[in-house]
Amino acid sequence: MSHFVNLSLNGISSGMIYASVALGLVLVWRATRIINFAQGSMAMFSTYMAVTLLDRNLGYWEAFAVALAVGLALGAVVERTLIRPLQGKPELNPVIVTFGLFILLEGVAGAIFGVRSRGVPAAFSQSGLTIGHHRVSFSHFDLFVLGSVLALMVLMLVLFRATDVGLRMRASAFAPEMSRLVGVRVGRVLTLGWALASLAGSLAGLLVAPRSAFSPNYMDLILVYAFTAAVVGGLESPVGALVGGLLTGLVLSFVGGYLGSSLEPLGAAVILILVLSARPEGLFSRPAARQV
Amino acid sequence: MAAARLPSRLRLPDQPMLRHLVLCAGALVLFYVLTVNLSSYHNYQVGLIALFAMVIAGLSVLTGINGQISLGHGAFMAVGAYTFALVQEHVTLPLALELLAAVAASAVLGLVVGIPATRLRGPYLAGMTLILALGLPQLADKYNSVFGGDEGLHPSQLVAPGAVDPNRWFAWITVLVAVIVVALLANLVRSHFGRAMRAVRDNEVAAMLAGIHVGRTKVLAFVVSAGCAGLAGAFLALSGGVVTTGDFPLSLSIYLVAAMVLGGAGSLVGPWWGAIAIVYLPQWSTSISSDFGLGSAVAANLALVIFGLVLIIVMMLAPTGVQGGVRWLARRLLAARFPRPPAAAGVTAVAGFPEPPAPATPDMRTEQERTHP
Repeated sequence: MSHFVNLSLNGISSGMIYASVALGLVLVWRATRIINFAQGSMAMFSTYMAVTLLDRNLGYWEAFAVALAVGLALGAVVERTLIRPLQGKPELNPVIVTFGLFILLEGVAGAIFGVRSRGVPAAFSQSGLTIGHHRVSFSHFDLFVLGSVLALMVLMLVLFRATDVGLRMRASAFAPEMSRLVGVRVGRVLTLGWALASLAGSLAGLLVAPRSAFSPNYMDLILVYAFTAAVVGGLESPVGALVGGLLTGLVLSFVGGYLGSSLEPLGAAVILILVLSARPEGLFSRPAARQV
Repeated sequence: MAAARLPSRLRLPDQPMLRHLVLCAGALVLFYVLTVNLSSYHNYQVGLIALFAMVIAGLSVLTGINGQISLGHGAFMAVGAYTFALVQEHVTLPLALELLAAVAASAVLGLVVGIPATRLRGPYLAGMTLILALGLPQLADKYNSVFGGDEGLHPSQLVAPGAVDPNRWFAWITVLVAVIVVALLANLVRSHFGRAMRAVRDNEVAAMLAGIHVGRTKVLAFVVSAGCAGLAGAFLALSGGVVTTGDFPLSLSIYLVAAMVLGGAGSLVGPWWGAIAIVYLPQWSTSISSDFGLGSAVAANLALVIFGLVLIIVMMLAPTGVQGGVRWLARRLLAARFPRPPAAAGVTAVAGFPEPPAPATPDMRTEQERTHP
């Protein structure tokens, strides 16, 4: 029973991280109809910035803020330099370019920092909390993961629902040509979408780093789990990303706990196959009309 | 297709099957001369190039002709290699049947993955195949009593007849099979099914209205390309005499996509350029790094960096890849040598990624936005 509880708690904690990366995938997908396969390695890169600063004895929160800022800037730069020129080209071209960026960043990080995995300090204790008389595998750090991803989600929700910029972003995603007509600078909105997506990814990168073998490819599996989460949630909806992330986190935690952690990636593949077969538009997506 | 046409006595036959036979015969003669003149070690590398050409050709048809992409073809190579080794371990069959078993196993996996992922438009196949590339090798590690764990499986290598050098024999068999595979793919691309694949790539709804079964076409294209990968995997198993999970890292799948894009998606000659890059680039980057004293971290990652840059640069600047450039050059040279009468000037088509049809909605951007987006 306690094994089950611990696995559930672990699943929630990892699920929040998948949700954060999935949110980034969803934001980019809504804005530009691209799955950004470089999302994970962009987060890896900004996290390496933070770790380098930590090694130089900068404070944890300063390094944290720098990594988020790097993430934000990286997203904007990538959109402007690599994605914008491919607008109107066949849809595979940007997929291949983001895949190229994915391995380019991993190669560059490997060349600079080496491929050996290392430890990363965490902001809070990673030992389990004691609730009543039971020690559960849920630490202060897991609470921080939960809190920071939820805070990010709430901030994004406020941005989308309550601000002018958010209205522009929703309008551009819904009807780009119409938005242009009424004076929305769609180009800038797309750049902002990529920047915010990359920020969400960077947050996840920082949160995963202390609990994983930190090396240039430490985000690879997180990226595919987040992709699974985003597809479960329907690729279109930020709320879907959160729910999809939690579901994926829980299922994979049980798969890992009861069947062996090496089966987790295949567990994700099975989730994808089931969701795509049973409800291909995801759990939270409106049916869409197709244009000839 | 070419803007400049050769005089008829120099032209290849118009009938596709005949033309492909002539080209294949030419390629085989070329490879024979090459292998006879190369050392044993280089013959081995010719064999590797041929086996990579098989899988990249399958990928090229999938992406360039049918408009789908697989980021995890290394996983299908792994299935082919392990199937080949397992079949060899448990039953005694002629080589051709062992190879067919490898093709069948990877094609079945392609079907399982392809049916849910390819029914939908969008990035599902790419994501799903990426998961496979990361997940399948771990499966082989977990069930190490079947798959041999770190030790791997040890399929027997080819036995060369008589005095033929074993590596040269390996090169001959692999090149022969690769040329046959590429010829079959070339016929497929020119067939009714090839036209269906292109129609689906260009506009799914229009293809559907024209009576093409879109889902079936996409799944079948994926199965064909997975089968090619399985065959290449079996040859990889033959080449080394050992199959371990370490042979199929994510970087293999990445290299395959990069090589396909480098050669030119949709081309069947391009995969050979890409295969040369896969075989030689890691070696070159290691020797370059050591020549310049760049250290082991750079040496281990330079190939990855180069392939990443290749993917980005080719896609942004020259989507038709090396073979597109070769064709362009050949056309220029032919046009200079044999100018066409102006009346015969026709439509030129370049293989590779086509531009999509112009959108029905007019461009509503202002002049200022168009020049400074």
